[in-house]
Amino acid sequence: MTYCGRCGRDLADGGHEDCARALALEPPRYCGTCRRRMVVQVHPMGWSARCSVHGEVTAD
Amino acid sequence: MSDILDVARVQVLEQGIGLSQEQLVEVLTVPDDRLPELLALAHDVRVKWCGEEVEVEGIISLKTGGCPEDCHFCSQSGQFTSPVRAVWLNIPELVEAAKETAKTGATEFCIVAAVRGPDPRLMSQVKAGIDAINAEVDINIACSLGMLTQDQVDELKSWGVHRYNHNLESARSYFGDVVTTHSFEERWDTCLMVKESGMELCCGGLVGMGESLEQRAELAAQLAELDPHEVPLNFLNPRPGTPFGDLEIMDGKDALRTIAAFRLAMPRTVLRYAGGRELTLGDLGTREGLLGGINAVIVGNYLTTLGRPATADLDLLAELKMPVKELQKTL
Repeated sequence: MTYCGRCGRDLADGGHEDCARALALEPPRYCGTCRRRMVVQVHPMGWSARCSVHGEVTAD
Repeated sequence: MSDILDVARVQVLEQGIGLSQEQLVEVLTVPDDRLPELLALAHDVRVKWCGEEVEVEGIISLKTGGCPEDCHFCSQSGQFTSPVRAVWLNIPELVEAAKETAKTGATEFCIVAAVRGPDPRLMSQVKAGIDAINAEVDINIACSLGMLTQDQVDELKSWGVHRYNHNLESARSYFGDVVTTHSFEERWDTCLMVKESGMELCCGGLVGMGESLEQRAELAAQLAELDPHEVPLNFLNPRPGTPFGDLEIMDGKDALRTIAAFRLAMPRTVLRYAGGRELTLGDLGTREGLLGGINAVIVGNYLTTLGRPATADLDLLAELKMPVKELQKTL
């Protein structure tokens, strides 16, 4: 994991504590590998986020 | 001057007459040490005029992102640098979401699209979705598709849509600071058409967007004038990339005062916890709101953000001995 799923910046670039807290209540929007914006679908009981290159991650 | 809580006890609790805009400003400025008394009164009003039951609903985004409107709180506007990408849900996924929602005991399932108003493609997808859900799931279907024409209102009603959501978003006097691509009056007109059609109207708004207490009271009074069946109350969750993305999260006590004020403005309305409560109120505040005027919840996740686990809310309702409203098709 190189990039922050919330802000898309490099995880080594400054602190991401606020992002980590926020990600408890929102799905990631950026791919952690390439920082592409992902296609995210939120369902009542879960979510999925798909990067066109690195595939899908889900809440499970 | 009479004490506002004494006035509300007679006017709202005993007589069922909602408070005026001026009276609501007084409620919104009740000091912290009287907040428990205010919440207890709002709860008594809710129980007397609405009953003990709590209505449970799930929501789903059929069409996410890419909206042409500029609602400053919304991460789905195509005008901002929000990271939300546009995507459509397919029909099997929609049906699955309805099934998941029904399993929680929810009686309402709301299909939402981020649009100014529905075009023929969206109406067609909504019709297909409604038919598919009705074939497999026993649940009331609501829709939230933006501003409607009279023909679209008539179509949705003929398809069995039980309730239509269209929020005022904010008070008339603050609306121009929140949205510039359409007017408060356009929203109002859609709400009136929905009411006149016989569909139940779900119409609420957001608080914590920089409006004054007077404007918060104004929103409650304008909603009371519209007299919707349901009022969803959202607390701003500042979204990255939106014009309101850097606003502070609303103070929890102010949020609780707002819940009580909305209940005292609309004693008979379904008052629903909607987005932002997890951030603004947390677990303790969620409980206090349910004991302070709220009688409906959205369970599970929202459109682009996540909520508490549905089990957390359902367990809380059981602990508070608040029965979940059972399914009763009204249309």
